[in-house]
Amino acid sequence: MIRVEVTDAAFDGAAALAPLGSLGGGAVASFTGIARDDGGVTAIELEHYPAMTEASLSALVDDAVARWSLLGCVLIHRVGKVAVGEAIVLVGTAASHRAEALEACAFLIDRLKTEAPFWKKEHRADGTATWVEAKTSDEDRAAEWLAG
Amino acid sequence: MLLVYFARVREAIGVDGEDRVLPANVLTVADCLDWLADENANYAAAFANRDKLRFALDQQMVWEGTALEGAHELAIFPPVTGG
Repeated sequence: MIRVEVTDAAFDGAAALAPLGSLGGGAVASFTGIARDDGGVTAIELEHYPAMTEASLSALVDDAVARWSLLGCVLIHRVGKVAVGEAIVLVGTAASHRAEALEACAFLIDRLKTEAPFWKKEHRADGTATWVEAKTSDEDRAAEWLAG
Repeated sequence: MLLVYFARVREAIGVDGEDRVLPANVLTVADCLDWLADENANYAAAFANRDKLRFALDQQMVWEGTALEGAHELAIFPPVTGG
């Protein structure tokens, strides 16, 4: 069971993860990234490269499935304006045992952060908006997976 | 070739994409950046810091030195910040 989705609407994370629990495995792991109020941020706007986004996410899922024995995987990412408190991304993995589910989940979010074509802009209450800078710590984490 | 721009690069150039006929001596991604940067100040500003640029050729991530060859679409954008 593989689900990859890019959406401009808020999604129900619990409902999206529920199917992973009935695949016969003993473990479901998930990561939810939430728009946070960093110094007056009211919303995060996500731009993406529509022609590339879903293929890029699907390629990451294919890599995870090739590397771990996953029973299922869910990957949902918002685009457009996301209000503070709403989920931006959901990664869910199901496997027979916890190590596979947890590792595959970390692998997917770490690589998504440096490879999938999304760009965040933070909107503030005073009307200003600034692009979020990429972090070298994110690149280091993704590189560890590629080296390992 | 279709050139598409995203995020800060798109804002600096002022358009989200354009269809351009590349000169015969533009063979790589880097050649294309040099050619556009020579054309006007918006491109020059958008491409000033090459370390802060990433590229996709026909939706596959590539490097500055990659040959454009028969590709249809070159995307130029800042390092990604999703997730």
